[in-house]
Amino acid sequence: MRHPETWLRVTPEGLLCEPGGFYIDPPRPVARAVITHGHADHARPGHQAVLATPETLAIMRARMGEGAGASQQAMRHGEVLRQGEVTIRLVPAGHVLGSAQVVMEWQGSRAVVSGDYKRQPDPTCLPFEPVPCDVFVTEATFALPVFRHPDPAHEVAKLLRSLSLFPERTHVVGCYALGKCQRLIALLRAAGWDRPIHLHGAQQPLCRLYEELGVPLGELRPATVANKAELKGAIVLAPPSAIADRWARRLAEPVTALASGWMRVRQRAKTRGVELPMVISDHADWDALNRTIDEVGAPEVWVTHGRDDALVHALALRGIRGRALHLVGLGEDEDETPAEAPEGAPAA
Amino acid sequence: MSLPAFAELLERLIFTPGRNAKLALLRDWFATQPDPDRGVGLAALTEELVFTAAKPAMIRDLVAARTDPVLLALSHDYVGDLAETVALIWPERTGVNASPPTLSEVVEALEVTPKAELPGLIAGWLDTLDSGGRLALIKLITGGLRVGVSGRLARVALAEWSSKPVEEIEEIWHGVAPPYLPIFRWLEGQEEKPDPRDAPVFRPLMLAHPLEDRDLAALDPAAYRAEWKWDGIRVQLTAGPGGRRIWSRGGEDISGGFPEILEAMDFHAVLDGELLVIRDGPGGGVVAPFADLQQRLNRKLVGPKMLRDYPVGVRLYDLLFVEGEDLRPLPFDERRRRLEDWVARHAPARMDLSAMIAFGSVAQLSEVRDGARAASIEGLMLKRADSPYLAGRVKGMWWKWKRDPLSIDAVLMYAQRGHGKRSSFYSDYTFGLWRPAEGGGEELVPVGKAYSGYTDEELGWLDRWIRNHTVSRFGPVREVEKSLVLEVIFDAAQLSGRHKSGVALRFPRIARIRTDKPASEADRLENLMAYVEAGPATDE
Repeated sequence: MRHPETWLRVTPEGLLCEPGGFYIDPPRPVARAVITHGHADHARPGHQAVLATPETLAIMRARMGEGAGASQQAMRHGEVLRQGEVTIRLVPAGHVLGSAQVVMEWQGSRAVVSGDYKRQPDPTCLPFEPVPCDVFVTEATFALPVFRHPDPAHEVAKLLRSLSLFPERTHVVGCYALGKCQRLIALLRAAGWDRPIHLHGAQQPLCRLYEELGVPLGELRPATVANKAELKGAIVLAPPSAIADRWARRLAEPVTALASGWMRVRQRAKTRGVELPMVISDHADWDALNRTIDEVGAPEVWVTHGRDDALVHALALRGIRGRALHLVGLGEDEDETPAEAPEGAPAA
Repeated sequence: MSLPAFAELLERLIFTPGRNAKLALLRDWFATQPDPDRGVGLAALTEELVFTAAKPAMIRDLVAARTDPVLLALSHDYVGDLAETVALIWPERTGVNASPPTLSEVVEALEVTPKAELPGLIAGWLDTLDSGGRLALIKLITGGLRVGVSGRLARVALAEWSSKPVEEIEEIWHGVAPPYLPIFRWLEGQEEKPDPRDAPVFRPLMLAHPLEDRDLAALDPAAYRAEWKWDGIRVQLTAGPGGRRIWSRGGEDISGGFPEILEAMDFHAVLDGELLVIRDGPGGGVVAPFADLQQRLNRKLVGPKMLRDYPVGVRLYDLLFVEGEDLRPLPFDERRRRLEDWVARHAPARMDLSAMIAFGSVAQLSEVRDGARAASIEGLMLKRADSPYLAGRVKGMWWKWKRDPLSIDAVLMYAQRGHGKRSSFYSDYTFGLWRPAEGGGEELVPVGKAYSGYTDEELGWLDRWIRNHTVSRFGPVREVEKSLVLEVIFDAAQLSGRHKSGVALRFPRIARIRTDKPASEADRLENLMAYVEAGPATDE
């Protein structure tokens, strides 16, 4: 058996599968890329050939048009492909619609690159499937034991309680346009919210695409053309950067909410001026990361980005070899990146 | 209802900037929670109930026994706050069947549990809670909720919820202990209003309206009495067989911070006055600027050095009760006469009479007001001679006539976003004045921060200007090009060791945007220094 460290390498262009001749989620344009999911820090424009799930390719086309790749190859879950001497499979990662883990086998050893993933149920995408492997390449966005995401239904219930307490006020929820937005809508629908949900312009194209791809979201309306009276007591979904900025002035006395795993830490919410923090994340929390690593049974785990220090330490306690890859450019999702360090005003 | 409901209220209050929204959250709490928990929760929020049973070290030991030290250290480093770290990292045990404790169970158990058994008890509670509940519990039992709910805000919420006047609630509030069952029963119409009897209670203060020019024109000088408006904090002194209290303007008990006053209160009366730092000087007590008094505020414990360096006294304005007799219905003149007699008879230590200012005409009064330059004087108080002592701000009875503000032209240096409705606006401004730089040339030094005074239109204009002239950003703060001049007005300038410029402004606010003036022509620090009073104010 050839250990994966002999054929899967970190290069300046990104994580390279050498015998297959392709990169996974490369930060720079390359000849051949396998893309785990459509978030901007994983799916960059300008690659020659792109291999991904049909949903991820559709998302890339919607977001970057021509830049989505000169040649695109769709691969469904369950299909197997030989690329050079390497066999490749894409397995659901449970992160967003189309998200996949890349399972690679070469000369008797198997490596799995998870991309970003979560283990909580999500009605808008297929659930994560653990695949036993020799090396598991994982993210570690929330790899500190303080991050334990609560049941998202509980967080949505908080929003609905606030709406009943402040029925005149718009509730604007900051959420990333791809994945979080549609998951929130699905959670709201599951909680019985059947009124129209209003969207910031940046949220609309991907919601339309999700619906085309078979994820029903109920009645959606643009928030930008709605009048103030219509927005009283409405739920508006907007990019996190818009909720406390000039755009939000059109809303009726808004309660600002933000749906993100970082909202578990108070200072994060305080710094962003969030009134209603909602701890909803599309990443695995501490418990889920550790459980997943135990389930795939890999004796060795590589950490792409996030809190690799804590995760590698925790793995060592269980006799698992951990290695930090320090991949650059990952973890830059707008709502999943820590806000700038808070700094007070210069002393007057 | 149990601790989780309280935790949710706490979380919302902490993140909610608006007063109205806070009131709505409190009303909802009163309406939905059972006794005694709603009263216990209320007392905990307003810090009338403070627990010190558990020390932070105990909580730290509990979590250290349950977590890996490296992971705990990394987590604490990331989160910052220990209580929050513990609440978040606490390992959740599956199969815990016990339900979370109620607030009153927590309070009762803390009282009766021997010290050695406390860690086990607390750990057991933490096992039943989610992270929000754990944080609420830890903050509660280590005595540090700090959610910014004042007693006054809570009583306003009770008044709104029950449709009873807030003054009536104020008058009995301190006569009933948490969890305030008789008050809740009264507010819900099940019982008569509780009678505080001898217990020291707060009586709502009578307040003044600002005097506008048109009011001045209509003022009959013969019908009004004038006194200085001192720049300290308004207090009510209550003493009698039931105990002694010093109440703040909002009805908070601030007795603990001023032991020398409390000691001097060996009488049976209720007095209204101004708490000031007063030092001996030539010709009597000399009132220090507000900055000195600030050293004494918000302290739980006062050391001997504080007592020596910042001695406080109370300048008496009014007499509300004497030996159980309610003087409030009497006219001001009559109460004043009784006050003078009372002071003459009792001569209480650390207290003196607020002097009456004789005047024959409005013009004469205006001269007196303009002549007052002492930083410790904010202006004049005008009180109708026949005014009874009424709760709150009753139009036409009392007026406050502040001195004309001072003014400087300063350069905008930094701007910060506001909160709540202003969260999309850069509405807080740090401004500076010129002074010689160390290496030659001129530099701007920040002298203050203002977040009021402008109109909505001016705010919009400033917001746009700031976005278009930003030179760097630090989190929520933007540094701007040093090119916009603002006319800033303020009530007084006082020397301050805590400010880089060496001077602190009282109530700075924006009067005008001076687009007509280049930044180089803005004022210099020495112009501001000229406003600082040479010495503390004398009695006159």
